[in-house]
Amino acid sequence: MRTGTRSALLVLADGRFPAGGHAHSGGAEAAVKAGRIKDADDLEAFCRGRLHTTGLTSAGLAAGAAHGLDPHALDAAADARTPSPALRAAARRLGRQLMRAARAAWPDPGLDALAAAFPRGAHQPVVLGAAARAAGLGPEDAAHCAAYETVGGPATAVVRLLGLDPYRATAVLARLAPDMDRVAERAAAAAGEGVDALPAASAPLLDLTAEQHATWPVRLFAS
Amino acid sequence: MDRVSLRATARIAADADGGLPLLVSDGPLALRRTRAPEPYTRVTVVGAMSAPLGGDRLAIETSVRAGARLLVDSAAATLALPGRSADPAAYDVRIDVADDGVLRWLPEQVVSVDGSHLRARTTVELAPTARLVLREEQVLGRHGEPPGTLTTRLTVRRAGRPLLDQELSSGPGAPGGWDGGAVLGGHRATGQLLVVEPAFAEKPVETRLLGEHAVIAPLAGPAALVTAVAPDALALRRLLDTALAALAPF
Repeated sequence: MRTGTRSALLVLADGRFPAGGHAHSGGAEAAVKAGRIKDADDLEAFCRGRLHTTGLTSAGLAAGAAHGLDPHALDAAADARTPSPALRAAARRLGRQLMRAARAAWPDPGLDALAAAFPRGAHQPVVLGAAARAAGLGPEDAAHCAAYETVGGPATAVVRLLGLDPYRATAVLARLAPDMDRVAERAAAAAGEGVDALPAASAPLLDLTAEQHATWPVRLFAS
Repeated sequence: MDRVSLRATARIAADADGGLPLLVSDGPLALRRTRAPEPYTRVTVVGAMSAPLGGDRLAIETSVRAGARLLVDSAAATLALPGRSADPAAYDVRIDVADDGVLRWLPEQVVSVDGSHLRARTTVELAPTARLVLREEQVLGRHGEPPGTLTTRLTVRRAGRPLLDQELSSGPGAPGGWDGGAVLGGHRATGQLLVVEPAFAEKPVETRLLGEHAVIAPLAGPAALVTAVAPDALALRRLLDTALAALAPF
């Protein structure tokens, strides 16, 4: 099922892939303001928690889409797993932006159909999985991408928000690598069993603070 | 802890005429019909003995038939306790509400006691015109003790479509980072209040912050969810009671 190259995975996972992710902190901006992230240790705990909750859930959806599960069912599953309206809106906006970049990178009738079915954007992980499929990648590749994004976004954001040493932020990501592998593996295994088996791990503080963050008049990141 | 693990399934069915055609207690799950404000029929879950212990498999099945109005509560908090068995305990709540049925599901907290391991799963199937108020509260450890391992999953489907699906794990057996700034951030109580009201399809609830620790937010369907974290059970209940008064006039 995996016909794409390892390099296609690097292109899709690259922070420079023009999909708009850099404008989002993954909840880190709100956590910094609330004093929950003050140093590299806090960042690691934040990222580890995000990875095993939102990250696992996103990875499952992405793996499901890469596996070829029904995108409408996946998008509905994503809605049910995203109780925060601010995060649903962000996920659809990011899905739309990723779709534009993915269609340019890997023209594919599956992506065209998904774009037509969700003109306002499908949830980002669903688009990510479809993009991985278009690039010839497999469910576990898509899950790896989703897992990495889940922690890469906050780590980069905290470097900007706190002036955290970028070497220390990168060391946090390196320490999380085994957890990312486990999350991707679990997500891909669940995706093989269908939409109803997908993980639904959630993070109360991320849901709560996303709504608080959305009311700020001035902020550096969109979410 | 000198008893073997047990399996028990209690059953409730409520009719539109206020009757309870099914009210079956089982093992530690004793059900009593109690006095209720009109027009509700009320059932109180009375914990007849300490449960669930490790290895126990408990379940409550509730069917709210067409046009019935049922209120279910409990006499005391559910204490997840360590048992002889190394296996986790399981507590499954299965609910279905038929058209024009109303369910208020307002049990006391689940307290995850040091050394315990509980998997609690609540599954709800709602007909298109069913209404629901459902509260879930988790307290991580008794006062001053570390928590046990607790995983709770809440899956709600309405008219056959997923409406809400959430799982939360905490304690020493949970994946890492559960107590970090993304998930619970040191809070020792967390809970949700779900209100499903078909009228919200026309007039959705607006997002509202209840101080720093709770939010009322509209779901993608005709429902609102309150998400709250708090230092303890009492503070959590205060937040959810405020939200309940604001959201559910029925």
